[in-house]
Parts: sequence; C-alpha cells; structure tokens
Amino acid sequence: MSKKVFLLLLLLIVAALVGGLVQTARAQQPTPSDNDVNRVARQLYCPVCENIPLDVCPTTACQEWRELIRLKLSEGWSDEQIKEYFAMQYGDRVLAEPPRRGLNWLVYVLPPVAILAGAVLVVRILRRMQAKPAPAEATPSVPLAPEDEYLKRVEEELKRVEKSGR
Amino acid sequence: MDQGEVMGVSETTPRRLPTAVIVLAFVLLLGFLAMIAWGLRRSMSGPISVGDRVPDIQMTTFDGQTIHSRDLAGKVIVVNFWASWCKPCEQEARELEEAYQYFKDSGKVVFLGLAYVDTEPNSRAYLEKFGITYPNGPDLRTTVSQMFRIRGVPETYIIGSDGRLAAVKIGPFQSTQEIIQTIQPLIQ
Amino acid sequence: MIASVGFGVLVLTFLVSLYGIGAAVYGVRSGKAVWVESARHAQQLTFPLVTLAAGALVYLLVTGHYEVSFVYSVTSNAMPLYLKVTSWWGGQAGSLTFWIWLLSAFTTAVTLRRWERDREFLPWVIVVSLVTVAFFLALVIFFENPFTRFWATPTGEVEAFFQPANSVPIFPSDGRGLNPLLRHPGMIIHPPMLYLGFVSFVIPFAFAIAALVTGRTDDRWIRLTRRWTLVAWLFLSLGLVLGGRWAYDVLGWGGYWGWDPVEIAAFMPWLSGTAFLHSVMIQEKRGLFKRWNMVLIILTYCLVIFGTFLTRSGVLSSVHAFAQSAIGPMFFGFIGVTFILSLALLLYRWTDLEAEGTMHSLLSRESLFLFNNLLFMGILVICFSGVIFPLVSELLTGQKVTVGPPFYERATAPLFVGLLFLMGVAPLSAWGHSTIRTLGRALWKPALVSVAVLGLVLLAGVRSFGALLGFWLVAFTASVTLYEYGRAVLARARRTGENLWMAFWNLAGRNRRRYGGYTIHLGIVLMAIGIIGIEIFQQETQGTLKAGDSIQLAGYTVTYRKLDEFDAPDGRNVARAVVDVYRGGRYLGELHPRRDYYYASQQPMTIPGVRSTLEDDLYVLLVDWRPISADGATFKVFHNPLVNWVWIGGIWLIFGTLVAAWPDRDPEVEQARATGRERLARQTA
Repeated sequence: MSKKVFLLLLLLIVAALVGGLVQTARAQQPTPSDNDVNRVARQLYCPVCENIPLDVCPTTACQEWRELIRLKLSEGWSDEQIKEYFAMQYGDRVLAEPPRRGLNWLVYVLPPVAILAGAVLVVRILRRMQAKPAPAEATPSVPLAPEDEYLKRVEEELKRVEKSGR
Repeated sequence: MDQGEVMGVSETTPRRLPTAVIVLAFVLLLGFLAMIAWGLRRSMSGPISVGDRVPDIQMTTFDGQTIHSRDLAGKVIVVNFWASWCKPCEQEARELEEAYQYFKDSGKVVFLGLAYVDTEPNSRAYLEKFGITYPNGPDLRTTVSQMFRIRGVPETYIIGSDGRLAAVKIGPFQSTQEIIQTIQPLIQ
Repeated sequence: MIASVGFGVLVLTFLVSLYGIGAAVYGVRSGKAVWVESARHAQQLTFPLVTLAAGALVYLLVTGHYEVSFVYSVTSNAMPLYLKVTSWWGGQAGSLTFWIWLLSAFTTAVTLRRWERDREFLPWVIVVSLVTVAFFLALVIFFENPFTRFWATPTGEVEAFFQPANSVPIFPSDGRGLNPLLRHPGMIIHPPMLYLGFVSFVIPFAFAIAALVTGRTDDRWIRLTRRWTLVAWLFLSLGLVLGGRWAYDVLGWGGYWGWDPVEIAAFMPWLSGTAFLHSVMIQEKRGLFKRWNMVLIILTYCLVIFGTFLTRSGVLSSVHAFAQSAIGPMFFGFIGVTFILSLALLLYRWTDLEAEGTMHSLLSRESLFLFNNLLFMGILVICFSGVIFPLVSELLTGQKVTVGPPFYERATAPLFVGLLFLMGVAPLSAWGHSTIRTLGRALWKPALVSVAVLGLVLLAGVRSFGALLGFWLVAFTASVTLYEYGRAVLARARRTGENLWMAFWNLAGRNRRRYGGYTIHLGIVLMAIGIIGIEIFQQETQGTLKAGDSIQLAGYTVTYRKLDEFDAPDGRNVARAVVDVYRGGRYLGELHPRRDYYYASQQPMTIPGVRSTLEDDLYVLLVDWRPISADGATFKVFHNPLVNWVWIGGIWLIFGTLVAAWPDRDPEVEQARATGRERLARQTA
C-alpha cells in the first residue's frame, strides 16, 4: 500500500473515532429525570387552572409545560432561569409567591407591620394596667350601678319563681 | 392617665369613643366592601363588550416582528386567541387562513393570532400543520388575553376601523363563510 | 309533583321567617310578650318545614327523577344509594338547601331552652336567626332552586321551575353523576362537618347581637353560649381535619393542606374562634376584655359568611370553588348589611363594655391569654392578606398573582411555634398573678423532661433546626400538660384516699372545662408531631417502571408486579397496578395504586396505594405522565414520616372537646358553684 493511501486511511479512522467519541459524549448528558422536573414544577403553578401546582396538574397542557421544563433543564438552564422564563411567558401568576416589586411589597410588609402594631398595643395595655397603683384595686367589689342592682334583684326573684313553679 | 383612659374601677363618666375612631372604622369597612364589590363585578362581567374602546395591543411574532395595533388604525383587526393544546381551535385554523387570504389584497383587514399559554415549539408546529401565514405570536404574560378577559380558547375579537370592538366570537368559527360574513360589513 | 311540594314548602318557610322577624320586632317595640311568643313558634316551625322540603329533595335524588335538573347534575343510575343521598350537598343548589336545614335545626334547638331568665334576649336572637334563614331561603328560591326542571321549548332546552309557554317536559333516562372527586368517604362527612361548624356560630353571634341591642353587656351572653361555641368549634375543627384527610387520600399530591384560598377561608373563622374560646375565659374569670370578646365573635361570624361568599361567588377561583352563579351580588348585600350593622352596634355600646377588673401581672394567665390572642390574630392577618392580595393586585395593576405555600409557611411558622410554647406555659400560670419565680418553680420538672426528649431526638440523628425546635416544644407542652394532670390526680388521691383511676375520673368530671382543655391541647400536640414529620422529613421520587422493575425511597423498595385494566360498573375505566413493597429485604405487602377515568365527565382521578403505620406512610401513586401499560407505568412514591399522628391527634381533639362540652349534672347547682367561685376569686384578687 502506498504511503498516501495509508495516511488517508489513518485519517479516516481517526475521524471516525473522534466522531464516535463526540457522539458518546453528547449521549452521556442524561435527560433530566422526572424528579428534576418535579423539583422545578413544584415551585410553579399551572398557568390555566387556578391554584394547582404544576407537578400535580393532570391536564395535557400541564404535561407539555413539564416537558418544556425538561427541555430547558437538559439545555442547562437553572431552576431560577426556568421560573423567570415561565413568569415572562405566562405572567406572575405561575410563581408560588408574588415577585417582590411594586405593589407586591404590600403583601410582604403589611402583615409584619400589623402584627408589630398589635404587639405594641398589647404591651401598652399591660403596662397601663400595671401602672395602676395597688390601693385602687384593693376595693374588692365594684360598687354596683343602680341598674345592675335592680337586675340582680329581678334575677333572684325570677329564680324563686322558677323554683316554685317547677 | 393623661388621655383620661381608665380601665378598671368605673369612674363618673365612661370613656367616650372619639368621633375620629368611629369615622375611621367605617371608612375602612366601607373601603373593604367597595373593593370586594369591584372584584365581584369584575368576576361576573364577561369578556369586554362590543362597542368598548380597545386599548393598544402590542405583540411580538414568533419571527421576531413587533406589531402595535395603534399603527393599524383605520383597518379592521381580527384578533384570534388559540393554543396548540386546544382541540376546538383546530376546527377553525384552516378557515381563518382562508379568510385571511380572501381579505389579503384589500389591505383593509389585518389578522393577528395570539397563542394563549402555549409553548413555542408546539405553537410553531401547530402553525405549520395548518399552513397559517398571518402574523402569530405568544401572548406574553397573558396581558392581551387578560385585557379582553377571555374565558378560554378559541375566542376571536374583531376590532372595527374606529378602534372599538365590533364583534366577538366565543368558540370556533364553523366555516370560512361565517368569518367572511362577520368581517365584510365592518369594512368601510 | 314532589318537586312542586318541595319548592312550595320552601316558599312557605320563607314567608314564615319573614312573619317571625316582624312579630319579634313588633313584640319588643310594643312590649307585648305574646308577639314574641308567636315569633318563637314561627322559628320553631321552620325546622319541620325545611325538613319536609329536604326530604322531598333527597327522595328525588334517591329515586332518580332526572327531569329535575339538580338531580340530573349530581346523580346517575350507576351510583350506589349512599352516594345518591350524599349528592344532596354535591352541588350548589343542594348544598345551600342542606345549609338551610342545618341552620334551622340549630336555631330551633336554641328556642327550645328555658328562656325565663333571658327574656330580653329572646326576640333579638330570633330576629338574627330568622334573618339568616330567610336570606339563605331567598338565595335558594330566587337564584339556586334545586327543584327546577328541564323543558323543551321551540327555541331549545330550558331549566325552570314554572313551565314556560309552548314547552314540553323532558325526562332524561340517566343523570350526569357526581363529580368523581366527591365520591369519597371523606367528602361525605367533610362538607356536613364544615357546614355544621359554620352554621353553629350563628348562635353565639345572635346572642352577642342581642346583648349589644339590649345593653346587657355583662357576661351572661357568654355563659349562655359557651357550649354552643365549643360545639361550633368542634365541628369546624373536625371539618378542617376531614378536609385534610380527603385531600391526602384522593387529590394525589401526597399532602393534606395546600394553602388554597378556599381552605384558608374555612381556616380563618377557626383562628378567631379559637382566640375567642380562650379570651372568654378572661372575661368570665376577671371581667376583662368585654369589647375584645364582642369583636372576636362578630369577626368569627363575619369570616364565616365571608368565607362562604368567597367560595360560592366566583370572586376567587380555586379547585374548591363552586361554579360561577348569580348569588354573588345578593350574598354581597347580606355581608354588607351584617358587617355594617354589627360594627354600628359595637361602636354604639362601646362605652358600656367597660372592664370590671384589672390585670397586673405580665405572666398571669390572662396576660398569657392576651399573647395567645395576639398570635392567633397575627396568623389571621397573614391568612387574610394572602387571600385578599391577589384580588387587590388584579384590581389595581391588572396583574394576576398567586400567593402560595412559601408565603404562608414562612410567615406563620414562628407564630405557630409561639403558640405551641404558650400552650406549654399557660396552664402553669395562675389567674391574677404569676412571676418568673413561680412559673420557674412549676416549669423546671417538665422542662427537664423535654430537654431529655430533645437529647433522644438528637441521638436519633435529627439535625434540622426546625425539627429539633418542633420536637422540643412538643415534648415541653406534652410534659407540662401531663404533669398538671398527674400532680392534680396525685393530690386528689392523697386527699380523698381514692385510687388513681377514681381520682382521675372524678377530677376530670368536676373540672370538665379544664381537663377537656388539656386533652384538646394534647390532641394538638399529637397533630404537631405528625405535621413536623411530614413537613420536614417528607421525601418523594418518581420513575417509569416496566413490570418487574423497582424504585427505591427511604429504605423502601417498590416493585411493579402487574397491571389490571377493566371497566367498573359505575361508568369508569380502572387501571389498577399491583406493586410489592419491601424494606431491608423483608416483604411488607402489596399496594394497589390506581387511575380511574370517568367516562361521563371525562375526568381522571388517581387513588394512591398507601401503607400506613404509626411510624410513617408509604404512599404510591400511579401517575399518567405517559400512557399506563405493563411495559411502562410512571409511579410517584412519597415517604411521609409520622403523618398518621395528625389523624390520631384529630380524634384526640374531638374527644377532648366532648369532655369539655359535656353538660353538667344540675345546671342550677353548677351555676351557683361557679358564681360563688368567681366572687371568691374577685375578692381575693
């Protein structure tokens, strides 16, 4: 065999080997498992049906969105990037929490503020009650206002009537 | 003590509730009720009605072209919402394309297709399958479909040349004839 | 014919209610007691009348009169009898009728008690009860009539009660059948329990309104309604727990609480109701917080009807919500009137609701109850904000958002932790006075036990901070509660010479409220164990298996053995997989996860195969991401540790509530004893 033909053959064999190696390298990137898809889908909600998480939703449309997640994962997208993509495509509704911008700050800020205000109120009530000097509380029974006194008598009268009427 | 607040042994005059507090309580309650009423009205109203002014629609087609409805003033705009996962949408797909071809040369009618919560590969496959050539794009963030308050797909909204909603079709068109007959009277 | 009778009776009941309202108001205004008596009789008449109408509807459901549109929409020939009966509440019109029946039962029962000492309350309680009954009757009669029929008119099919002109009645031969999701034992008792809980809060609310109107602002109204409130709370708690059980068994996402808006709508009255249950004790023992208790009961009732409105009007959409209907505006009107009138009455009587005592110790029981209320209200504020915000966002910005579990869990977790801790400390603090020293003295033994338990948990390998904190708190609260029990039983046994069991029985018998309360707290602690287990330690995995393949999770091996596919007689296609479960090589049994497909409604349902033990649940689902066959079926497996303690705790809770609510032997004697005790307590305070 002439040297040229030998070199050509060698080139071909090397090319084939390299091609084969590249092929196996690409095939070795595993398709994202169902668990990977679920991990992302769990953080998202179905764009059409209300308040159903994407990993649970049984409709065909949801199946397509889960396959879309799988595709994006296999392309190397991170969980955050996929969630942002979904929000951009389908609206903020698909996210499990309102994104922290604009009016949405209200729902993150109001509850803690309200609870703090409640705590302040409670402390103020307690302090006000504690500040009351002891002698004032020494009066054991509250002087009954006239209506209460009358009511008590009427109640006792009724009780007597009930007992006798039985 | 300075505010005259005494809790405990009753004094001669009980503490009066300041008018400001009463007013505030009612204002808060009425405001809350008003908001609920607004939400209720919104949930009960159907899609936007014929005769309403339609705000500017903005969309980007799958080919990357941006379209604003205000640039199309004076023309009749047919906005069709569809999805690749929607079986009834397939019933009207070819008919819409035929109607588009019919009105294409007149230059007075524009067809816009919006894919409602769909995935790009599936949308493109759908468009290819039915040979649709008029501009189609995803309804990003569902802004346009929320503007029209659609309840599902397919739904078609036809905007007259005056910029007001002229016709609404919920569900698939039954035939190309039906589409043409709906659009024809709207062309001036 | 029967349908006409049913509808006619409903209309009659509506008229009777309106009469009763008028008679009661006239009787009060004119001072003529005979009119109030007549109103009371009218109230009592509503129950037999509504029972008649309800009986008519159930009869139609059971005998398959599909010409009646409601019967058509919820029953079918293939359904078993018990499901046909429970389909009564399987649709909007029927469930409203069921609601009315329960409402009239409770409000009638209230009128049967002895009213001699509370004459001034009676007319107003009747007015509030009948207004509520009349409102729901109006909803049913004018908007959601379960007795409408199908008619064929020249222009098409029409649903109406009265026959339209030129029409002919239609008699379908079969119905559409109940929504498959509702064909589950949990769904059979969950709505009735929830409705019972909601409906029974009308009674304390009616008494509160009566107290405000008549100016009787002492705690008489609380004393009268204490048991009603406990019973209402019991049913509401039961309804919530059963709802969670149904979701766990049938919805197929391995959990029991999804923070869905409608779930939260039922949870909110429970929160304020629990706060109310605790807070009334402060009023009874120390005469404090009269205004706050009024606010709480009004808030609870308002949340009940607001939650019902949210669920049924379509303002919020969720998997729970009933289909859109026209009752929204009317319901809104009812809510508006109720909220505004309640607020007006409350503000009108504000100054009359003066406190009768004082609080002077930060660690006294009433002070701790105040913190308890603060925490419950905090959770309520979070839930309310989360439910309302999507509406606010959509109205103000046009952008729809979802407020989901991450928001709620992150925000409420510290508050629940606080409540768990308070549940441990509060029983040891005294009414009126407690210091760190007295509390410390009482607490150190249980605290030691709880630290020992924490050590055990650490030894078992648990490292998560949340779990460690949770288990420590659980141990702490349980130790305190059991310690209190034990201490009191020992003391009594020593004093009376009874053996321990007799001492325990008598002690609980004489102090039902306290020991019932402790039992309820123990129930909550058990539920907390289950919740910690499943929330922190749940694991899941999913995979597609061929027959013979296995999937592994948490030491378990699940092997796919075979698939049976067949059509069941009640109109569904069943794909039933048989899987074998192994653990550490040992065979544990087989499970049958299945996928049902209902032909009529084209709805699929996944029913899990579950292996339940005290330690954990192994929960196997057949998922149809890909078509199911013997060659490849996708399974999703959950490992839920300790989850069954949630259900056990729920049962314990009910038992505790029954103890607390059990009627006393002689009401007069108990009443006198209670008053005497309180007077003594006030004098020594």
